[in-house]
Amino acid sequence: MAATYDTKTDYKVIGKSPIRHDGLDKVTGRAIYGGDVKAPGLIWGDVIRSPHAHARIKSIDTSAAEAMSGVFAVLTHADFPAAEDRDIAAGEDNVNLKRDQSNIMADGKVHYRGHVVAAVAAVDRNTAEEAAQAINVEYEVLAPVSNVDAAMADNAPIILEDLVGDHLGEDVSNTNVARVFRHEFGDVDDAFAKSDIVIERTVEMSMIHQGYIEPHNATAIWAEDGNLTVWSSTQGSFGVRAQTAGMLGIPESRVKVNYVEIGGGFGGKTKVYFAPIAALLSRKSGGRPVKLVMDRPSVFEASGPAPGGKVRMKIGVNKDGKITAADTDLMLESGGYPGSAVGPAAICVFACYNLPASRITGYDVLVNKPKSAAYRAPGSPQASFAIETVIDEICDELGVDKIQFRLDNAAHEGTRRGDGVQFIRVGLEECLEAARDSDHWKSPLGDAPAGKARGRGIASAYWMNGGGKSTCDLMLQDDGTVMMNEGSADIGGTRTSIAMQAAEVLGIPVEDFHVSIPDTDSIGFTGVTGGSRTTYTTGLAAYNAAHKLVVELKGRVADLWETEVANVEFAEATFTANGDSIGIQELAGKLDPTGGPATSTSSVNLAEAGNAYGVHICDLEVDLATGKTDVVRYTAIQDVGKAVHPQYAEGQIQGGAVQGIGWALNEEYFIVDDGSMANKSFLDYRMPTSLDMPMIDTIMVEVPNPLHPYGVRGVGEVPICPPLSATTQAVKAATGKSYYELPVKPGRILEALNGD
Amino acid sequence: MTTKSPGKIHVTTTINGQEHELLVPPYMSLLDTLRELIGLTGTKEGCLDGNCGACTVSVDGRIVDSCLVLGAEVNGKNVDTVEGMATAEGLHPLQQAFLEEAALQCGICTPGFLVAAKGLLDNEPSPTEGRIRHWLAGNLCRCTGYDKIVRAVQKASS
Repeated sequence: MAATYDTKTDYKVIGKSPIRHDGLDKVTGRAIYGGDVKAPGLIWGDVIRSPHAHARIKSIDTSAAEAMSGVFAVLTHADFPAAEDRDIAAGEDNVNLKRDQSNIMADGKVHYRGHVVAAVAAVDRNTAEEAAQAINVEYEVLAPVSNVDAAMADNAPIILEDLVGDHLGEDVSNTNVARVFRHEFGDVDDAFAKSDIVIERTVEMSMIHQGYIEPHNATAIWAEDGNLTVWSSTQGSFGVRAQTAGMLGIPESRVKVNYVEIGGGFGGKTKVYFAPIAALLSRKSGGRPVKLVMDRPSVFEASGPAPGGKVRMKIGVNKDGKITAADTDLMLESGGYPGSAVGPAAICVFACYNLPASRITGYDVLVNKPKSAAYRAPGSPQASFAIETVIDEICDELGVDKIQFRLDNAAHEGTRRGDGVQFIRVGLEECLEAARDSDHWKSPLGDAPAGKARGRGIASAYWMNGGGKSTCDLMLQDDGTVMMNEGSADIGGTRTSIAMQAAEVLGIPVEDFHVSIPDTDSIGFTGVTGGSRTTYTTGLAAYNAAHKLVVELKGRVADLWETEVANVEFAEATFTANGDSIGIQELAGKLDPTGGPATSTSSVNLAEAGNAYGVHICDLEVDLATGKTDVVRYTAIQDVGKAVHPQYAEGQIQGGAVQGIGWALNEEYFIVDDGSMANKSFLDYRMPTSLDMPMIDTIMVEVPNPLHPYGVRGVGEVPICPPLSATTQAVKAATGKSYYELPVKPGRILEALNGD
Repeated sequence: MTTKSPGKIHVTTTINGQEHELLVPPYMSLLDTLRELIGLTGTKEGCLDGNCGACTVSVDGRIVDSCLVLGAEVNGKNVDTVEGMATAEGLHPLQQAFLEEAALQCGICTPGFLVAAKGLLDNEPSPTEGRIRHWLAGNLCRCTGYDKIVRAVQKASS
């Protein structure tokens, strides 16, 4: 149920930047992450993975491993119960229990290099590794399918033999395309026929990785009474509970997931990889605690990439600068099992523009690469790259200002998104105006040194943001401080941005909040930290819980002062009635005669979230001899609704922008002929370093979200979207060449420069 | 520890000012020696091949990736980790600056950045932005885009 609020503007806490509650533990090394978990009698697990991208498993011989001293258990897919063919929500991904069980441990066939085939548990990590390597697997190697063209070709090798594809409502067997769907309105073909200019391009991009620095890990104890305890680095403990229970065929209530700190996720830590394996190894080892930590090459080869693929994009425009129609085919790689980000890509692709006619066709395409997972605004960066590339060409063709063209065609309140949803109040126009008025846009590009050329690019993008379910509990303690429990994994300071919203209501300093993130037995259901939902949704739960606590305390004050509740007012952290007044923190110590501790709890389930837009400007320099690029100035403009904690909101924008710049300029899965990834290390998978980046300037525009009492919009994801095109168009402006394939790496730039 | 171990190595080393006497398997990295034998889990594992810097520690004042050093190699040496930065008087200025400047999001790279940055400031109290960026290029952060990390080091240096 969506509420609309009159947004408050005079804040005591919101809009300040206090130090986060978990900060001290994180700068002293005390914070406990998944890999740091210790338990009495802990043993280690390890896995053996497929060296082939596509193969049938002929046999698995575990006898040598089982005979090794120090080995407690060996596991293959045969040890798993049959999983239901059922989808469960897992944040930004849907997880199909049967498919994902086969993904975490191969069932007869391997679908990508690095696919887990068997696991062991042994006395220590080294012994576990030696035992896993002693497992002998025989394969019948099959031809790998490495990209969407190969997957959709006639007579392509079929990756998932029992897949029945849904192609525009028709059941199709013997296919690598799991789903084809379409959103369409207006007479698209007629509109193109009547357009003054029509530009159609096809862009391509490689799979890329989220690149979280902490590898996946899990520790599990499956005790004799059937209760399973798990510690695992995750964006959402309840997602780990649901997936682990589902893959093991046990009730969710049998699984308790303990909260541990998470070392980055970006969408890639919503799926489980190791928790069910650790659980089964624990059971087979007599209830010993078993820990697994993924090695870095396997993080690349077998966990969470974002889909690569291909997008055909056709835009019509009239000479007056109005877009007439848009048509796109989005073909995204799901990896070895169905389920790419093509659904959200289709929602986002045209969301910056007010279109009279639009057709969006999405293809979810299996390839012999790791099963893709969410990555920060999943699908939107790929879609944004495609449309903004064509919009840039249209602006060049028309000779118009690139911001004015976007303003003339901007989506606003009432605009229908490509999938039919009508926008409430959104802030794209305000972002474009802020970009136009920015010092960056008004400043000249400046001269490049000899041998180099400079260019400027601009791009916009959209993410719908997430709502969903969250829980927050509050207890006012005798000393006037507040105990707060909330269920959201904290990846960037959300303990504090959530507590600030309760603090604003109660008038109690946020430093007086003791914030805990409990295990799944000790807090109400809370969805993943993903979808840019946490500060908005869990924050709203905290806001509601604080209001409930005020209601409770008004009753206590009425008891104390022997008056009617209706006479008690609360404002400025003070209760008043009939001329008496008492501060909330002073009241805290006087509650015993009124019934003891005062607590409140709130759970919310929000259907909508209120949309996010970003506009980025990039200046970069290209070395014309080597093709090396250097970003020299970068400004990210974003509608944040209301920045609860401006420093942390800005950090989200800066971090997202740099991930997007890496995506544009360097990052890729370099797949060789046998279907394997050649660059599976941080040396060769080239993420931006401190040396590669300038400071990232931000402009936070605040167009309040009508769905939140403080106007908060999710901020975390949209900033990764505009850089793909903003950066690429800057390279285009510098070199005079167009680029339709990511990354725009030095070799590709040199090819373009030397091609004619 | 393991069946194939040819015998452990006797190591005497000083970690954060405290002397430790250890029996270290010959294959064990300094990272695992710290984490598994001593229990100092502030030093993080990110890649085990020296490319992310999450496991950065100081050995006799020189910063190293502890995943690329053997535990046996620190015999007779001084090892300093993130756990040794704060004193009874309070946080190290870098730790305080990282908090104030919001130089961490998930925090997994933070111990490595802190130890690396301390290695810089101990020798060069007032580095330029370019020098800071060059020095820290061996430490990957995926959350922040480095802006606030560089500003925190600048703040601690002034």
